[in-house]
Parts: sequence; C-alpha cells; structure tokens
Amino acid sequence: MDAATKHEASGLHSALRYKFIAIVGNENVRAATAADAVGGVQPKLVIEAGTESEIAEILRLSNAAGLAVIPWGGGTKLGWGNSPERADLVLSTARLNEIIEHAWADLTVTVEAGCTIQRLQETLAEHGQRLALDPLWPEKATIGGVLSANDSGALRSRFGALRDLIIGATIALPDGTLASSGGKVVKNVAGYDLPKLVTGALGTLGIITRAVFRLHPLPRNTRSFSVATANAEEAQRFALAVQDSKLAHTFLQSHFSDDASPVSDILFEGTEAGLVAQEAQLRNFAAPAKVLESSTSSWTAREKLWTPADPENTAIAKISVLPANVARTMKLVEHIANGQQVRWRALVYATGLGWLRLEGKVGALRSALQALRGELESQQGSLVALHHPEKMPSFDAWGNAGDALPLMKAVKQQLDPKSTLNPGRFVGGI
Amino acid sequence: MGMQTFDELRAIVGKRGFISSPEELHTYECDGLTYFRVMPRAVLLPNSTEQVQAIVRICHRERMPFVARGSGTGLSGGALPVENGIVISLARMNHILEVDFPNARVVVEPGVINLDVTGRVSPQDYFYAPDPSSQSICSIGGNVAENSGGAHCLKYGFTTTHVLGLEVVLPDGTLVHFGGKTLDEPGYDLAGVFVGSEGTLGIATKVILRIVKRPECVRTLLAAFPSTNEAGAAVSDIIAAGMLPAAIEMMDNLSIQAAEAAVHANYPNCGGLLLVELDGPVAEVEALMTQVNEICRSNGASEIRVAQSDAERALVWKGRKAAFAAMGRISPNYIVQDGVIPRTALPRVLSEIERLSKEAGVRVANVFHAGDGNLHPLVLYDRRISGQEKAAEALSAQILELCIAAGGSITGEHGVGEDKKKAMAKMFAEPDLATMQRVRCAFDPLQLSNPTKVFPTPRLCGEKPGEYVPHASESAGIAERY
Repeated sequence: MDAATKHEASGLHSALRYKFIAIVGNENVRAATAADAVGGVQPKLVIEAGTESEIAEILRLSNAAGLAVIPWGGGTKLGWGNSPERADLVLSTARLNEIIEHAWADLTVTVEAGCTIQRLQETLAEHGQRLALDPLWPEKATIGGVLSANDSGALRSRFGALRDLIIGATIALPDGTLASSGGKVVKNVAGYDLPKLVTGALGTLGIITRAVFRLHPLPRNTRSFSVATANAEEAQRFALAVQDSKLAHTFLQSHFSDDASPVSDILFEGTEAGLVAQEAQLRNFAAPAKVLESSTSSWTAREKLWTPADPENTAIAKISVLPANVARTMKLVEHIANGQQVRWRALVYATGLGWLRLEGKVGALRSALQALRGELESQQGSLVALHHPEKMPSFDAWGNAGDALPLMKAVKQQLDPKSTLNPGRFVGGI
Repeated sequence: MGMQTFDELRAIVGKRGFISSPEELHTYECDGLTYFRVMPRAVLLPNSTEQVQAIVRICHRERMPFVARGSGTGLSGGALPVENGIVISLARMNHILEVDFPNARVVVEPGVINLDVTGRVSPQDYFYAPDPSSQSICSIGGNVAENSGGAHCLKYGFTTTHVLGLEVVLPDGTLVHFGGKTLDEPGYDLAGVFVGSEGTLGIATKVILRIVKRPECVRTLLAAFPSTNEAGAAVSDIIAAGMLPAAIEMMDNLSIQAAEAAVHANYPNCGGLLLVELDGPVAEVEALMTQVNEICRSNGASEIRVAQSDAERALVWKGRKAAFAAMGRISPNYIVQDGVIPRTALPRVLSEIERLSKEAGVRVANVFHAGDGNLHPLVLYDRRISGQEKAAEALSAQILELCIAAGGSITGEHGVGEDKKKAMAKMFAEPDLATMQRVRCAFDPLQLSNPTKVFPTPRLCGEKPGEYVPHASESAGIAERY
C-alpha cells in the first residue's frame, strides 16, 4: 500500500468518501461507532447500499483503495469466525431487501440479500410455502448473512442444508464484477455451481446480492413428541433406530447436559391420517421409553442455547460428528468439561451436527475447546468455535481445514486477490 | 508425446492398462453423443489413486491435456477426447470400499456402477437415490462429473445432494480431500463446486456417498389425458395442493407410441400421459394418492391406473426409462435435447415447439420430468433425406433458446460438455462465465483437465479480468441476469 492510500484508509474523509456519498447518498454513509466493531476491530465508515450495482461499485472503489470491507446483513452472526485483520468499511445490505419474485407455482423465490428470513417466510406463507430452513434469529437474520454463515437448524435432516436449497446467486466481487450463476429452475447443470461456493464462505469471496431458492410447501399438520432416555447411549440407540426405520420424521434432535438425562424431540409433518399412523409406530418403537406429546418450544431450543446467562464466561461451538459417534462424543464432552470444571449443554441433530455451550472460567473454556477439537478431528469430525469470551486469548475459530487449504487460498486469490473482504476471518487465515 | 513419455505412462499402468492401437482406441473416440469424435493418443486404465496421480503428474510435466472417462454414457460430449490428449478411464477402479449402515455412508471408487451401489445396500433396505436412466451402466465418477439427476430427484435431490466427500487428484497431481464423512467441514464447499464441473477441475478417485432408507411404500399412478395441457394442469394442481411426489413424469403421444413399440409397457394411447409416484408411510401415501386421483379426474383424465404390484410398477418405469432408446423404433435418427423451463411455462413452450416442428417439417417427441421442469424433446429425423439433419439440428437449437427465454436452463442433467458450449454464452453474461473461469484457474491454471469443454471461449489464467460490462440483452432490458 502506498502512502497516499494508507492515508485514505485511515482517514476516509477525502475524495473517496465523497465518491461513496455520490453513489449511495449522504444519508447512507455514516461514521462507524464502537457498536459497529467486529471481533474487537472498529471500522471507520458504515455504508448502506440500495442496489446491487451500488454494492459492486463501492466494493470496486474500496478494493482499488486497499480498504478492508466487512459485509453486514442483520448483524446477528458477526461474531462468527476469527476477528478481521483489518476493517475499514462496513457495507450493509439492509436496504437491498426486495423479494423480487415469488414464483409460487414453480416453487421458487428470487430475493435480495438484505431481506430478513422472517419477512421472506411471511411472504411465502401467503401461498402456503416456505424456505425449509430454521436459522437463528429469523426476525433479524438476512438471506445474505444466513447464506454466508451457512446457518441451519433441525429441519436440515429432512430438507438439506442451504447448499441443497439455493439454486442461483448473484455476487459482487471486489473488482466490481456482478456475476450470476445457477438460475431460476431447480434442475440445472449449466456451468459451475458457484451458489454452493459462496454458501458458508463467510463473505470472503464476494458479497451475495441476491439468491434464488427452491421452496417447499408448508406442512398441513404437524405433531411433535419428546422421548426421555436414561443416558447418552440410549439416546443414540433411539436416534439411530429412528433413522434406520420407515418413519418419515421431519427432524430429530437430542438435548444433553450436565444436569439432566437426555431428551429427544421428534417432529412429524403430513396428513392427519399419516400422523396418527406414525405416532402409533413411534410409541411402539420407543417402548419402554416414554413418548410425550411436546410443544413447539423444541423449535427454539437452539436460540435458548445461544442465550447464556453470562456471555463473558461462555463459549458456544458447532460440532460435527458421525451420527453413530454422538454418545461417545457426549461422554467425551462430559469428561473434558468435568476435568476443566465447566458446565455444559448440547443440542445434537440426527445428522451428527450439534451445538455445544460451555460455561466456566476463560482459561478452562479455552482448554476444553482445544481438547475437544483434537478429539473430534481425530474421529473425522470438527469443532468450530462461534462464540467465546472477548477476553479469551486468541483461539482459531475453525480448526483444521485439511489438505485442500492451499486450493481454498487459490480460489480466494482468484476472486479477492487483495484480501479486501473480511480479511483473516475464515479458515487458515483466509 | 515422445516415445519416452509413452513408455513412462505404460510403465505406470502396465501393458493391460495401456491402449494405443488405433483399432482399440476407436471405442474411446466419443461418448454417448456420437456426433463428436476425436481420437485420443492413448487410453490409460489406472487401478489406484497413486496410478492416477502418477499419470496426471506426467501430463502436467509434459503440458499434455487429459480427459477422465467413466462408462462413456454421457450425452454432451463431456468424455470426448481432446486433440493431442490422453484419456484416463476409471473403469478398473470399481470397488465399493466401505459400507457404513449406522451412518448411512458408502465409500466407492469412481468406476463403480450407479446401480451397484443400490444393489449392495438393498438387502438392508437402503438405496442410492440419484437414478439417471442409464443407471445400470453409468459410473459414480461420471455422475459426479455431470451432477446426474434422474426421475426421482424432485424429492431426493441430485448427485450433489448425495456426495458428502471426495478424494480428488488435482490437475498438477496433488491429492486433496473435499468434505468428508461428517457434515460442514470447515472451509469452502469445494465438493459442491467439483460435482457437476464436468471433469474440468480434476479427477475424483474416491467418493463418499449418502444412502437413503427405503420408504415404507411406493405407489405409482398412471393417468391418461387428452393432451399435455390437461396433464400439465394436473401437475400444477398437485404442487399447489402442497404435495412433493417422488417423481412426476409426462410423455406426449409420440413418446408413448415409441415406448409401447419398444417395451410394451401397456401405456394407454392418449395425448398426454402422467406418471405420478408417491412414497412414504402407507397411511400418508394412501391419503395423498386419493387426492392425486381426484386432481387427475377433475383435469379430464380419461383413464387412471395405480400399479398394483412391484412388477407392474417396474414395467411402468421401464417404458419411461426406455423412451430415448425407443425412438429408434419410430425414427431412424434422433437428437435428445435436455432443456429446463419453469414448470408453469410448459403449455407455452410446448405449443411453440409444436409450431417450430411443423414449420421445419421435423417431428418432436416430448418426455418431461414434469415436477422439476426438465424437458427432453426428442427431435426425430432421417439422415438419408437431404436437409433433414440440418433442419433437426436447427430445431434442437431453437428449442434451447425457448428454454432460455422462458427463464430456464440449457441443460438439466446431461451437461454442457462439447455440445452446448456456445449456448452457455446465451444463458450467461460474459462476467458470469469469466467468474466461473477464475474458479477454474484456481484448480487448473494450465488448463489440462478436460480443456475446451463447458466454456464457449477459453481464457488464459494469467489474464486480468476486465471491468464489468453488462450483457447486451441486459442493457436493453430484455433479459434479467440469469
């Protein structure tokens, strides 16, 4: 970076700021405050762009000036990933929030990145449809943010992850290119599947400006049940047996913690006749364990896990293990947590994905995460630390990215050669 | 290729794995799309990942292009050899390495035949969901390259949905792993990019697949309509009623005739035939089947049958799956087209196809994955009649343009390959294609892995991407950017 650029990056008061204002208007450019900090790094400017081409143009100018850009959707998951190495500009998609086309008869929707999940779902529901996904904080979380963070909940076991629901995307690249891939039809193999590449990329390759999704009908009826088991082995046995059965459940999740025996929630959707038959099968199946009809609170279990009493003494991680390793993993968590004297609570889906909350002293949390990551990685799993106390000494959020890391860096180099977007926040320092 | 390189390559795979005599090479000069033919310099049949790596390293050193090949059943020229290149056939790497029922995972080598995966897990009542019509001969490696679909992908998804992890030899010979047995490995979803990249990003040498438990029951309904319009209206009503069938297939009269002539599927002779398959718990499926029945009747179905046994069901599907090959019974030559449209555009697009077909004096039979909008018009012609082949090709190209104009795609499952490179420029704007090629450059900077495919104009990886220029139709406000 030459001296002039450096000056611009630090001050941002000059011609560049004037150019930004010319693009989005004075009312959409403001100085950043402490509340805009990402991972403890405070940017200088916040810009809210209103169109895709505004995003692309601001990105192009920032890239040329050597500024680091933090894409911002609803701001709900900005703590995910590592702290950025640099942060000059927050580029918000909040105003880019139009639902462009709900082609309900074709079961697809085209939507801009800044639209919240809740608003999208409400619109889709007018025609009895949904995006079959249950991400965290739908009232605030945006399409672009949820895609970038690859957030999914319990519904994933039936409907797949975002990668299975997204069928098209437009992204703005740091050089100002607006590129579309995929399309508006569910079945399409023309060209590379870049919608999948940007899903879960944490905004490090480009800024998603719009996405196209395949949709599912809203269920006619639903019924959910809870099954209490004595210990983790029993809970796993139940989960694997359900997975291996002919039951057509929509989700299956199990709660584990240091102060209660495991409970599994199972949800069914379908016709009244179908639900009655499935309930009977389930009761047969689970015996002698008790099957209780449960409320819809099981839906919000994940958000509860994400609402700890004391965030400054809490770590929350996403874990991924093989479904048949869940009991073993919970034993491991218990063992490590006991050793470090931390409290723990976990919500694990039938897919082997789960969420783990640890509460305790900062040093103990760090040691526990470290130890558990080592164990999980040795059994082909992973642990991604999504929340940790600010005062916790640096801890890589991601863990081992495997032997494809050099290739991932090459992909980054092709699309964002100057590391303009979210520098340092992704795996392996990307 | 110098004699020495030739010897080096032969030493890797042994005499039996090395083909270089012109008469044997003929087998490999095309894939299922026989229209394009290129003679490779040699064909190598490695039997291990290490051998694939060794071959690719030599290609990289010699700057010699290579094309990976599975069973060669592709319909877009994806496995067509490239000039001065070699073909790497994965046919000998055909072992199922691991079957893990508790986790519903199977690990296979790329040469394993699609249907053999299901064959291996069906005693425990599991199946491998993607079911392209060629499933009894096509390979998993080829399915990965093409992101193959099939009739049941409406409910179960495509190959990409079922590939959890890949071992890949990159075009410089490096071995890498994408994804894995567990979900959401940290990092970019490179498995998602690799599946469907048509062999342009490297060679898969191991594939981790997801298998699915068989549903409690499967019911297949056959409904005869006066025309495809009524059949299409019934499909819309089924979707609007909030159902997600395992498959919905439609055939027009010409396809019905061909299928009947070929396999005697006992289809009713009608203008539009609908095949609807529901699966799941018995009580659920029966409740929904009653509704499908009512919907078909209210849309004018003259005859409705539900297959009563597995044998009847198999026969119904045999007719549908044999539909392409059956065209040989009613026409000496035919082109299989593979376009996609938003399902609601069906009546409009079909009547346009009919108009164009009459204008050109070339018959078109339509087979349609009605649930997901994947249209397979079969353009029938007789090569011996002067001008017919040209007319058929022109008509086939026009159909693709109809699909693009309707907001669809130029290919739903056959791939771009050699065949549809030019059409890519009609579906995507220049910056879209340039961005895809930048990803390609990260994987294959020297452009050795199946080069000359997929993209209409190759781009050198050193090239600086230009500033964004809107596509002409976009500036004119004609096309949205998809």
